[in-house]
Amino acid sequence: MEKQLLHMTVNGEEYEVYIKPKRLLVEVLRDELALTGTKRGCNTGACCACTVLLDGAVVKSCSVLAMQADGAEITTVEGLADGTKLNPLQRSFLDHGAYQCGFCTSGMLMSATALLNGNPNPTKEEIKESIHGNICRCTGYNSIIRAITSVAEGKYTEEK
Amino acid sequence: MKKFNVINTPVHNIDGIAKVTGRAIYTFDVSMPHMLYGKILRSPYPHAKILDIDTSKAEKLPGVKAVVTGKDTLGKKQGIWRRFKELCDEEILAREIVRYIGEPVAAVAANDEDAAEEALDSIEVEYEPLPGVFEPLEAIKEDAPQLHEHAERNINVTRHIEWGDVDEAFKKADYIREDWFRVSSQAHVCMETHCAVADYSPEGKLTVWTSTQSHYYIKVLLADILGLRENDVRVISRYTGGGFGSKFELDSAQFCSALLSMKLCKPVKIVLTREEEFMATKRRTPMFYYLRTGVKKDGKFLAKEARVFTDGGAYTAMGATALYLTGFFQAFPYVWPSYRYDGYRVYTNAPPSSAMRGFGAPQATFCAETQIDLIAKELGIDPIEIRRKNMMYPGYEVPGQAWIQSCGLGECLDKIEEWIKLRGKLPPNRGIGIAAYGFMSGGIFNWFDTPYAFSAAEVRINIDGKVDLYIGSQDMGQGSNTTLSMICAEELGVRLEDIRLHMGDTDVCPVDLGAWGSRETLMQGNAVKMAAAEAKRQIIEFAAAKLGPNIVYDLDIKDRWIHIIARPERGFSYFDVVKEAIRGRNGQTIIGRGHYTPHRKGMISPAYSFGVQAVEAEVDPDTGKIKLINCVTAHDCGQVINPLGVKGQLEGAIAMAAGYGFTEDLPMDEGKILNPNLVDYKVMRAAEMPETEVIEIETYEPEGPFGAKEAGEGLTNPTAGALGNAVYHATGISIKNLPITSEKVLDALREKNKTNKTNKTN
Repeated sequence: MEKQLLHMTVNGEEYEVYIKPKRLLVEVLRDELALTGTKRGCNTGACCACTVLLDGAVVKSCSVLAMQADGAEITTVEGLADGTKLNPLQRSFLDHGAYQCGFCTSGMLMSATALLNGNPNPTKEEIKESIHGNICRCTGYNSIIRAITSVAEGKYTEEK
Repeated sequence: MKKFNVINTPVHNIDGIAKVTGRAIYTFDVSMPHMLYGKILRSPYPHAKILDIDTSKAEKLPGVKAVVTGKDTLGKKQGIWRRFKELCDEEILAREIVRYIGEPVAAVAANDEDAAEEALDSIEVEYEPLPGVFEPLEAIKEDAPQLHEHAERNINVTRHIEWGDVDEAFKKADYIREDWFRVSSQAHVCMETHCAVADYSPEGKLTVWTSTQSHYYIKVLLADILGLRENDVRVISRYTGGGFGSKFELDSAQFCSALLSMKLCKPVKIVLTREEEFMATKRRTPMFYYLRTGVKKDGKFLAKEARVFTDGGAYTAMGATALYLTGFFQAFPYVWPSYRYDGYRVYTNAPPSSAMRGFGAPQATFCAETQIDLIAKELGIDPIEIRRKNMMYPGYEVPGQAWIQSCGLGECLDKIEEWIKLRGKLPPNRGIGIAAYGFMSGGIFNWFDTPYAFSAAEVRINIDGKVDLYIGSQDMGQGSNTTLSMICAEELGVRLEDIRLHMGDTDVCPVDLGAWGSRETLMQGNAVKMAAAEAKRQIIEFAAAKLGPNIVYDLDIKDRWIHIIARPERGFSYFDVVKEAIRGRNGQTIIGRGHYTPHRKGMISPAYSFGVQAVEAEVDPDTGKIKLINCVTAHDCGQVINPLGVKGQLEGAIAMAAGYGFTEDLPMDEGKILNPNLVDYKVMRAAEMPETEVIEIETYEPEGPFGAKEAGEGLTNPTAGALGNAVYHATGISIKNLPITSEKVLDALREKNKTNKTNKTN
């Protein structure tokens, strides 16, 4: 299979890579760009560990061909913090113990980011719905729901 | 002065920032120059003879670097039971016979995953299918196919526990109840699947990055099976994406990547797919459970007899321990004047069943607590009352087995009773069920035959006061890195940020047996505390000499201040004394060592956690669907070290144990798992979680560091039983067959309605 040129912006950086057109977005992010913060728990779109934002929309990067992201802007977990400044969701996840092994955490943070970007004042039901696809085997979810709720309630603001 | 400066204060996990920024490097993320990718070919048959494996076509494919089969191994059978050779029964790469669907028969290394995958299709294996046996009660029959030459009637191991005169006690019983239960299997579903990167160097050293609960076990087991010297193997495991009991035995990713790397002298990475994870790693032990129980009419327990047949699958794995522990915890957390347990672990042509969070105890607790509520109902006694009447207490000795020191069970029952009363009258179709439980704080088992202390730790204090803490234990998400750093900081009298932790590397860290059986807080914690105390003693000696106090005074360090305990204002800065002490010792850093091995602590564990959980559930009478409303747990884990961590353990355990109770199952057809994916295998999702509340009952455990004991695994024990009892109190039906699915509830409700109607007509 002939390789094709993929052009995309990830976390504000522009990338050009030659890839086989069958490569998945998650593979290109992890293997070509070494952005290993995005995880893969099933490869069938059932666990959402691979969640990223594609032009602001929440997608499972194991269910998207990398070429579908040609020309797009991608945000991964590595794009959330500004240097040493963690963003509100990251700080809230820390304070609420909303992670344990951490393997699902990137996907959770990206689902929550997409929710709050589109709906800054979600109800508890909407918060649960936003992470319904994300499997966490460690925390039992409630700490994650509390963490997202706290950010939505304005308890965490961007650090200046 | 505060009692504690560090512990009992909620803190972020010390590896939290790495996890929320995506910077934590798991084995899944490890990549090396010239790294190859491996894939494993697995048996499609539940039981078959391997007649021939032809790898020649696969070897010639472009990109393929090596193919290995059982012939490339030393042919050793391995297992964690190094003191009991007959229980080491698994080759990992089968040479002659495969005994379950998914058993590895060959492995390939290639330039990329696609080439490796393609090569698997070109390996030709000639099998002669053999008759299989899939149910333990079938497998023990005389004419059943036999899996292993040494195991007649497929009986792998038996376990017996007995105290008191059971038969005599039954004669005195006012009420005797018999029940059969079937408790199901469960998949661990670690979000990071089993994986390893093995790198063998021409110097004869093997380095393996892997996702594990015990780097020490993996190092020793790999050395054994590969014929290497123990300390020529280095296992590195910085972050582990979940374990839950599935990652302390040697697995196919570790073994096959090592074997391929030794052949090629190149790094080889193997990551199991989610389907392989379901089909070909281990699982919770399913059991058939018979209980016969005799009580007085006031509810006082007299005698219990338990008989268990476990579906062991093809190999021993950790199943023999699960068999013992389910028998031991069947009697928990109550005083049984007489008790008899007989357990049989039976080989079947299915993936081996093994350890999973709770290690046999959730199965036991479900059966015991379900039956207790049925007995209470028959006798007209309140469920809280019957438990209070029979509960364990501090100082109780489980005859010949265990000695209970701290036990806050009574207070747990009080708190749960209060909560139930506050709930008042429930809406229709709702019920509250309770279950009481206990669990061990690390096992006193050495089937592995380690010559080392069970746990060891080292503390080094540097010139700037920064403390290097070396531990052998493994954090798989449960937060032990943080808990142990807190114990170190508290004992040494410094702050958490003064600790720099070194873990997850057998070349650097002292031996600890790993994160299983709720060992870490108590066992590794005691070793850490001892190491810190030893380092502190050296600093204090120096400070005392400098201060020259009256000999009746003694010194301590609290929050970086070395001082006379009776005169806290008289002292020095920790940092100043450390600088001088190192200079005064000819420039040597201050080193403290600690270790812990339980001695004379009974058969099971040095200490036990206790608790009572209440589950409020609603049952839809038209669909049988169960909705969890509340889950409240009163919990005695001794002195809490990190309250944020304990809460996380509790909520996480509820999700996993509720899944066990009503959504998760591994149905099989002739040894084939029918739902090996995350769509058909139903783990709990966010919207299904109930409201959760934790009530900490603080006790002081004399054997634990600062009075602490386990707080992670035992929490998985009560939920299925409490959930079943909630359904019972809501509907009057008691399901004795896990999981309690809506289909089972609906069938039972229809049956009940039919009986009621018939009774009315009569």
